[in-house]
Amino acid sequence: MRHYELPAIDEQEADSDLHEGTAYNFGFLDEYAKREVRRTILKAIAIPGYQTPYASREMPMGRGFGTGGLQLTLSLIGQNDNLKVIDQGADDSVNAVNLRHFVELTCPGVSTTERTVEATIIQSRHRIPEVMLREDQVLVLQVPYPDPLVVVEPSEEKRKTMHGEGDYSRLLTKLYEDIVQFNEITISHRYPTKINGHYVIDPSPIPRYDVPRLHQSPNLILLGAGREKKIYAVPPYTSAVPLAFEDVPFRTENFLDAQGNRHACMRCGCTHSFLDEVISEQGERQYQCSDSDYCNDQLAVLKLNQTEGVNA
Amino acid sequence: MKPILSVQGLSKVHGRGCSKCIETTGPEQETNICSWCGSVVAAHDVSFELHPGEILGIMGESGSGKSTVVKTLFFDEEPTRGSAQFFEHDHAWNLFDLNAAQRRWLRNHRFGMVYQNPHLGLNFNVSAGGNIAERLLMSDLVNYKAIRERALDLLSRTEVLADRIDDSPKKFSGGMQQRVQIAKALATQPPLLFLDEVTTGLDLSVQACILDLILEIQQELKTAMVVVTHDLGVIRLLTSRAMVMKYGRVIETGLTDQILEDPQHAYTQRLVASAL
Repeated sequence: MRHYELPAIDEQEADSDLHEGTAYNFGFLDEYAKREVRRTILKAIAIPGYQTPYASREMPMGRGFGTGGLQLTLSLIGQNDNLKVIDQGADDSVNAVNLRHFVELTCPGVSTTERTVEATIIQSRHRIPEVMLREDQVLVLQVPYPDPLVVVEPSEEKRKTMHGEGDYSRLLTKLYEDIVQFNEITISHRYPTKINGHYVIDPSPIPRYDVPRLHQSPNLILLGAGREKKIYAVPPYTSAVPLAFEDVPFRTENFLDAQGNRHACMRCGCTHSFLDEVISEQGERQYQCSDSDYCNDQLAVLKLNQTEGVNA
Repeated sequence: MKPILSVQGLSKVHGRGCSKCIETTGPEQETNICSWCGSVVAAHDVSFELHPGEILGIMGESGSGKSTVVKTLFFDEEPTRGSAQFFEHDHAWNLFDLNAAQRRWLRNHRFGMVYQNPHLGLNFNVSAGGNIAERLLMSDLVNYKAIRERALDLLSRTEVLADRIDDSPKKFSGGMQQRVQIAKALATQPPLLFLDEVTTGLDLSVQACILDLILEIQQELKTAMVVVTHDLGVIRLLTSRAMVMKYGRVIETGLTDQILEDPQHAYTQRLVASAL
């Protein structure tokens, strides 16, 4: 039984996509919805950083659980794709597990992976993978609040004018106030970033550590906000510059302890990755790579070196 | 001497307007509501020139259209008819032909506005310094140290204690809020400043301080100003030339002394007689 009325022109094609076991169209969304999302993606890529509105569909999960990112993924994914889903860097967090399971259920035949290098589409919540992505990979980010101006201007109409005119002085005023009060910019995530010299985006809640990796990245970055019904993009090799003052430059997290030494991952000993702070059962602070796949890789290299050391 | 601002035939009609609007309104008819279509003729055929460093006063009772004139020139409102040019060196800007981005640029770089109500001119969610910073950031200054220094300098010039630079204007008295607003308007050293009833509602000693400040600024920076007020004292103290408006029309223009000593129009005579 068909759940959705399919477009006449795509009927045969769409019928072939219907999987007998699930009774859902391939990718859950109907072909009309997918086509609309793809068109919106093209527009978003054509105007880097512009929040392109689209008709966000109702998904079988609450808005705010990554429905924007999921709709992007479902519209992009095909039989030959290999999908990786991460939540705060880890493949085994609740959000990642559930979204991956949903895609496996509604896109039969699609393979999923936890290895960053093997994935063709990476859907992520709040992190960009530690390893540099390639041109043939697409990063899809789930966005709760797409508009960086929402903190300074409640009216969407006015915000649109401000975006159109490139008027971001009030965001900078916010940074000024931060420096006045705390001597540094206190935005820890969702750092406003200027794309291709015009539009400032909210790069989803990625930490400041990840912001420089939006700049001139070889891979396409798509950002989807399901609740706010917006899609925007950072195309490959596009400039992405975080807002800052000339004399107070943008700074990323440095993970230094009181002595000025950088914390290391307690699993793999890595001292150049983004770390999560974990409180142990004894109440101590411990640090661990936030990107679980990267941590595993480092661990494997470490073990290999050790066994080689033993053999030699 | 070349003017800095030249306004010709500026009109503003609220409502759909009709062909009878002009003849049925004005000081002779003692109304600015058109009896045919009900439109409000806020201002009609206002023309004047303003020279660099000059202060022009616009006076009249409430509803006479004096604020409307200033608001259209500052792009807060769209005029119905008329043209205005802003001159800078050899370049003339046709104010009402500019697109939104050009208007914003002029507002941020070349014009300043001080409103009667500080809530219109200030952002109460950021500190006093932040308000000045906002205006400097709008004019593309993105150096924190430079902004900070400039804000301190402006606040000390407008006699706001430097210690209070990081306080919210919410915590300030009315006079202080007005001074912060003036500091904000002056931040980019604009050649043209609009003052809309800046001293109305302040007590007399504070009024005197602010008027002093405005005169000082005019002497120091040679800023041209358009001062809108219904207070004849302010007109006498600040301006060299003045216009009197009633029901949207200019009924008298001339040197301030002349108007105040020898008013020609019956309404101005009444106004002057009642005040002095």
